[in-house]
Amino acid sequence: MSARFVGRKVLGALVTLVFVIVFNFFLFRVVENDPVGTLVRGRNLTEEQQQRLSEDFGVDQPMPEQFRRYVVETAQLNFGLSFETREPVWDVIRSRIWPTVFLVGTSAVLSAVIGTWLGIQAAWKRGSSFDYASTGTTMLLYSMPDFWLGLLLLVLLANKLALFPTGGFTDAGGDATGLAGLADQAHHMALPGLTLTLAYLGEYAIIMRSSLLDTMGEDYLVLARAKGLRDALVRRRHAVPNALLPLVTLIAINFGFVLGGAIAVESIYSWPGLGLATYQAIRAPDLPMLQGLFLVLSAAVILANLLADLLYAYLDPRVRSES
Amino acid sequence: MTAVTLSPRRVAWTRRRRALARTWAQYRASRPGMIGLVILLAFVVMALIAPLISDSGGLVASNTIQNPAWARPGEFGPLGTDHLGRSVAAQFVWGARISLFVGLTATLLTMLFGSLVGILAGFFGGRPESLLMRLTEWFLVIPFLPLAIVLAAILGPSVQNIILVIAITSWPSTARLIRAQVLTVKQRLYVDRSRALGAGNWHLTTRHILPNVAPLILANTTLTVPIVILTETTLAFLGLGDPDRASWGRTLDEAFSAGAIGRDAWWYYLPAGLGIVAVVLAFTLCGQALEEILNPRLRNKTS
Repeated sequence: MSARFVGRKVLGALVTLVFVIVFNFFLFRVVENDPVGTLVRGRNLTEEQQQRLSEDFGVDQPMPEQFRRYVVETAQLNFGLSFETREPVWDVIRSRIWPTVFLVGTSAVLSAVIGTWLGIQAAWKRGSSFDYASTGTTMLLYSMPDFWLGLLLLVLLANKLALFPTGGFTDAGGDATGLAGLADQAHHMALPGLTLTLAYLGEYAIIMRSSLLDTMGEDYLVLARAKGLRDALVRRRHAVPNALLPLVTLIAINFGFVLGGAIAVESIYSWPGLGLATYQAIRAPDLPMLQGLFLVLSAAVILANLLADLLYAYLDPRVRSES
Repeated sequence: MTAVTLSPRRVAWTRRRRALARTWAQYRASRPGMIGLVILLAFVVMALIAPLISDSGGLVASNTIQNPAWARPGEFGPLGTDHLGRSVAAQFVWGARISLFVGLTATLLTMLFGSLVGILAGFFGGRPESLLMRLTEWFLVIPFLPLAIVLAAILGPSVQNIILVIAITSWPSTARLIRAQVLTVKQRLYVDRSRALGAGNWHLTTRHILPNVAPLILANTTLTVPIVILTETTLAFLGLGDPDRASWGRTLDEAFSAGAIGRDAWWYYLPAGLGIVAVVLAFTLCGQALEEILNPRLRNKTS
């Protein structure tokens, strides 16, 4: 991969990020021309308090000045103060990043691996009972709202069978460090992780199945068989690697979806990540918090897309040579 | 034969009718497609006759004050009551109306916008195309649900706003799909011939491009509805739904907030969820069956 190719991709991602930042400004200042009005909607605030809020948000300034201040502050990761807790938004977000990275990262990888494996098996034995069972199950999972699946698992595995805790990050008062603390966290992450994994593996299985079915018609597979290669070897060396390509882009797109799914699922299990923070910000409503979360989540998805683009180019030389 | 029966309009309509009959015959042969269609019709009928089979007064807490709360199915009403004594069955029936209505109208708006952008970009090319496609890519990258949440939070909760929010967030993938199809249709010889005969852009896009991408738009529409319904449900579950209308997502939100999970009030949280799964699955089955018939890329596949 040439440095120019990487440079162009990185530049593209940066331009997208700038677009999101500008878009975010207009969302909150132009569409909603009275952010203070939204904040005080349904609250009893004195004239004086409203005035102070206007100054806090800088809405008493002319628009270009507001924009300049917004850009400078965003660049310094200063997203203002939470309307609910009066803490800096970035401090709250920073403390919530890691739980989400663990949860979403683990689930995204697991759903991709398990879903892909199911898709491969189903396509290779097309029409078999395994194919029917797997395709039926994945279609069903794909049709379920992720949070409803989470509620069902919560009832079944946490309430009825009591295999897992019903929510939280660690046991109450559990400040165990080291291995015991890690095991405790993993135990709490099991249910939200399982929910997200099950909710998002369906798409991988469906796409991998049709991608592999496409590949199976290719001449080079006939040749590989004619050479006398065993069935498993044909699959592993020739069919699967080519069918995997469309999946790389899907992983990046899906990362955004799993991140979105984490909003409802984290709130069900009170997992203290960005999703729960978003849920709480919606309920408050806490606009500065929502704005900051929107920027951080968008930046994460842009980064994931950039990595997928680079990985795709590394895996598929045809993409690299395209201008 | 008289000249009247051979008028170009007549010929075109006969041809269209035949094509429709052919598509229906192919569709009928798909068992998953037919199962999806039957489930779908059942829900549409239920939603349409909701005022006849269920009293909407049972949805308002002030009317149900004398009803028992958390009544099990059979104890009070066919599906029991919720924490405020409201009928769960009524919420299910009336919720179907909102879920289907939002699902269909938001999809229609999405398709309208996506097709417009796709056709404009694909047909005209050049600078407008690169501008439109850049915008499309940006919107594709912005995470869908956070954007929808932020928009819904700013615009305020109402059915119209939810429809608008969903349309704003879901048009880009349609635009990309339609553009790709327009690009291949544009290359065909009859478009050049028509242009040589003096056809303008309006005639070309409405008479040649649109009819040729319409089947793909239809298949894509059927596949977009389930995604839209799931989005509506999620937004309602997060508390961004219309507070004055019963919807399946809102029922689930209230069930969860009222502690139906801890009480194991399965009659409260199961029906709405099962309704969503049934409708989403039905639309997906219909859409996949249609896509196999109408999508030129899949039509000749031997799978």
